[in-house]
Amino acid sequence: MTTKPNHQEITGNVVHLLADAEFLEAIRRQLLAFATLQLGDIHLAEDAVQEAMIGALKNATSFSGRAALKTWIFAILKNKIADTLRQKQRTVNASSLLREEDEDEDWSELFDRQGFWQPDERPAPWGNPEKSMHQGQFWLVFEACLEGLPPRQARVFMMREFIELDADEICAAVGLTTSNLHVLLHRSRLRLRECLENKWYLKGG
Amino acid sequence: MLNCHDATRLMSQSQERALSLVEQMSLKLHKMMCSGCRHFDEQMGAIRMVTRAYVQGKNEQEKR
Repeated sequence: MTTKPNHQEITGNVVHLLADAEFLEAIRRQLLAFATLQLGDIHLAEDAVQEAMIGALKNATSFSGRAALKTWIFAILKNKIADTLRQKQRTVNASSLLREEDEDEDWSELFDRQGFWQPDERPAPWGNPEKSMHQGQFWLVFEACLEGLPPRQARVFMMREFIELDADEICAAVGLTTSNLHVLLHRSRLRLRECLENKWYLKGG
Repeated sequence: MLNCHDATRLMSQSQERALSLVEQMSLKLHKMMCSGCRHFDEQMGAIRMVTRAYVQGKNEQEKR
């Protein structure tokens, strides 16, 4: 038998998480990347993330684990981002953040009438994508492609891939059905893939 | 028979949910015949890997 101290009690668990500097720093980075792209301004993003984290930690009473704490901080951050955008008057109100985009997107550039790849759009091999991560120029292309996504697709893509929320959490947070979410994520990935291929991999990146 | 548009839909969804056995089989059959969709499948993994690296600030080191 081991004599490990018992940290299973919920209160003990929160203290444990808050003392985990590495965990908090990892969350901070994810949130900052997200906020920066949403707000288009690193300083506003840093402020929003800092406020969200302090707010969340101050009111932290019970979390069953890391995932729950992360979800909670992210929920606060989303409100901060909405507030900031409203102040910047870049949007009329928070609900416009989640306004329906045109559902009838035209995919005829990518797929023919039978739903098969158009010959010049068929995905080409990318070689070794890890290599591209060591090239500064690649990240500029990556950011440009992300910024080129329609806002709603960008938002759910980032919630999924930056913040690593699962599908149920995203649906609850932004009021989508699961099938809506699947549609948005599918579209965002089609676009992002195409953009990276055209702007990087086909250019010999 | 799946077309490419449907196949990409399943490959995207497989990142959020477990595909049913029928879905897995149809996808496998489609990919056997379609190099474009085989590449697409690899690239879904690549995009996730690259995105996580971006979030972890790998780009900041490389830009400097």
